Amino acid sequence: MITNLKNLPTYDTVGVNERVARFCTRSIKKSSKTEGLKLALSMIDLTTLEGKDTKGKVQQLCYKAMHPHDTLKNIPTVAAICVYPTYVGVAKKSLKGSGIQVASVATAFPSGQANIEAKISDTKFAVDQGADEIDMVISRGKFLAGEYQFVFDEIATIKEACGKAHLKVILETGELDTLDNVRKASEIAMYAGADFIKTSTGKIQPAATLPVTYVMFDAIKDYYLKTGRMIGMKPAGGISTSKIALQYLVMLNEMLGEKWMNKNYFRFGASSLANDILMQLAKAETGNYQSPNYFSKD
Amino acid sequence: MTKKDKNIFKASWSYDEAPESTDHVQIKKQYDLYIDGKFTKPIKGKYFASYSPSDNKEIAKVAEATQEDVDKAVKAANRAFKSWSELPGKERGKYIFRIARLIQERAREFSVIESLDGGKPIRESRDIDIPLAANHFFYYAGWADKLEYAFPNRKPKPVGVAGQIIPWNFPLLMAAWKLAPALATGNTVVLKPAETTPLTALKLAEIIHESGIPKGVVNIITGAGETGAAIVNHPNVDKIAFTGSTGVGKYIQKATAGTNKKLTLELGGKGANIIFEDAAIDQAVEGIVNAIFFNQGHVCCAGSRLFVQESVADVVIEKLKRRMETLIVGNPLDKNTDIGAINSKKQLQTIESYIKIGLNEGGEIYQPDCKLPKNGNWCAPTLFINVSQSHRIVQEEIFGPVLAIQTFRTIDEVVEKANNTPFGLSAGVWTEKGSKIFHMTQKLNAGVVWANTFNKFDATSPFGGYKESGFGREGGLHGLKPYVKFE
Repeated sequence: MITNLKNLPTYDTVGVNERVARFCTRSIKKSSKTEGLKLALSMIDLTTLEGKDTKGKVQQLCYKAMHPHDTLKNIPTVAAICVYPTYVGVAKKSLKGSGIQVASVATAFPSGQANIEAKISDTKFAVDQGADEIDMVISRGKFLAGEYQFVFDEIATIKEACGKAHLKVILETGELDTLDNVRKASEIAMYAGADFIKTSTGKIQPAATLPVTYVMFDAIKDYYLKTGRMIGMKPAGGISTSKIALQYLVMLNEMLGEKWMNKNYFRFGASSLANDILMQLAKAETGNYQSPNYFSKD
Repeated sequence: MTKKDKNIFKASWSYDEAPESTDHVQIKKQYDLYIDGKFTKPIKGKYFASYSPSDNKEIAKVAEATQEDVDKAVKAANRAFKSWSELPGKERGKYIFRIARLIQERAREFSVIESLDGGKPIRESRDIDIPLAANHFFYYAGWADKLEYAFPNRKPKPVGVAGQIIPWNFPLLMAAWKLAPALATGNTVVLKPAETTPLTALKLAEIIHESGIPKGVVNIITGAGETGAAIVNHPNVDKIAFTGSTGVGKYIQKATAGTNKKLTLELGGKGANIIFEDAAIDQAVEGIVNAIFFNQGHVCCAGSRLFVQESVADVVIEKLKRRMETLIVGNPLDKNTDIGAINSKKQLQTIESYIKIGLNEGGEIYQPDCKLPKNGNWCAPTLFINVSQSHRIVQEEIFGPVLAIQTFRTIDEVVEKANNTPFGLSAGVWTEKGSKIFHMTQKLNAGVVWANTFNKFDATSPFGGYKESGFGREGGLHGLKPYVKFE
């Protein structure tokens, strides 16, 4: 059943922004920077979610996931590929044996405006195709109308449909408007069975922001203290540079710490971030920045 | 909290050292007194050293001004007064603007020296001290030609020679708070920085010299308590502005009694930081950290007494402890440092003696597992839980990173406890309820009451205390008043 949403902590936007600004002033240099960049690369869900996606495009992306930049030694692969359900099969085949997960958006992504039956079959299709992770969207309309039980039940139903696949719940925080709402939605998602909570679809602005992620970290922290279950976090959308990625990692490091500092509990939903990280890693190795043309765009 | 609990959210990624570069900083081996537009040697030829509190190494030698030097400086200020005070406000403003801009131009150098000499983290000197100091000059430069509008229908006149004595906790910022309004209103100044942190004030003297301000308008002389006393007791000083300890403040008030000297004092504090159950708890915890660990607690308006409503006390204290585990204590010049070095050996001894007193009184102490550097003056951030009003660590100003925590049940109770102190400088109120904030600001006897934030300063906002925290205001329109007289 839904938890008591009346006694949730509230957030002061000015205070949260100030705290976030403090994280952003951390200066990450030398080997700690390389360490952070590699970690960030290993946490990426390399994503393509477009109407114009094709089999060829997905295959290319999968190759990129397995071979981010072969001229650099000792760099990890990304964590997962994130595609629409129709391309799960293609991705699964391309990534065979690589250990890279296939994540699929489902439940009438990105709007979530469909009936529950459609959402269940959408999810089941993706799972049947071999998806390891399902990124679902919550019904923001119902949430904003105060129908929290509906949102809770929907997540729980999809969780059931996922079977063994991990469930990431997209709150689409850009549509929730307040930090207090973000906390409330996080709470509903975690208690309903989410394995991960995720900020955005990437289709709505603002997408992931540090203040929103701060609130979701805080919710994960409190939930862990109450239940002992670790929930993962995935900011997605708008994280395109190494600098921003490191800021997220600093915040993760100082708020949730060691246990969460890995791809099992933290992911970046991004597409162009990988190349920026690779460019920084190449700079760290060679001492010079290289032209973006040296890095494959897939 | 058990060791295991402490480590639940332990950070694993340790950041490499990220020291601010110091190669652009120019510090002379020896500094003289800035009197009458010239750097001049002290008459008796005595010098003392200024040390870096993070390793106790000498940074530079600084002149010790004696009675004779003070006399020379006051005479120079007196000579300069007539022409400076008669200069049109617009012209005075130009010099002040120039000083502000020069501070901005050399902000990096100033922040490094401030952290080197005083021990505060570079993050604070870079983001708070130096920009705010420039802001004060900018702000008061704007007032210089608008004094008639500041005091409508009353002809404001400058007071004369202002003797200004500033503390070691915000060396440049306090110099700016005092110099800017004094100059804008047409006074001339003899300013003395604290003996442990004189370097940025002397650097400021260089900038002031560069600004081309007429000689004698600003005189900056260094020395310890005796030099200060010589300024206070000098018959030709017309106004004393002092920021520092309550003990010295009381001495100054006695010394100036019966003279014609105008006086403002900004003294100690024991600020109450009050957390209600309906506050945004996480931000309140951050506010507690900012209130007491900002500048190692060397802040007169620090929120050194915490009052938490009983219903949320456990949650707040637990969150606070966890937050403290992530504070980085160490090299002030490292950009990742949260808490720097204690300003002097003497101050460290004072803080340590208070921690002992707290333990002897039966307070429950908590300090995070932070590694402290071996050399230099360091103190881990410290909490005392379960203390009461009668404890000395609750009553007396410690001026260090030590927080005394009490709980309360009702508004009346917390108002009574918060006001039950000889001081009245600052307070903080944390609640999501606006009406409660207004109720509290009326009831709290403090010069500044922050709502849902703490330790925020602005050039446009007056700052000052009640009771033994002093009198007179600095900053804002109110900050002009101590430097003018009316016909």
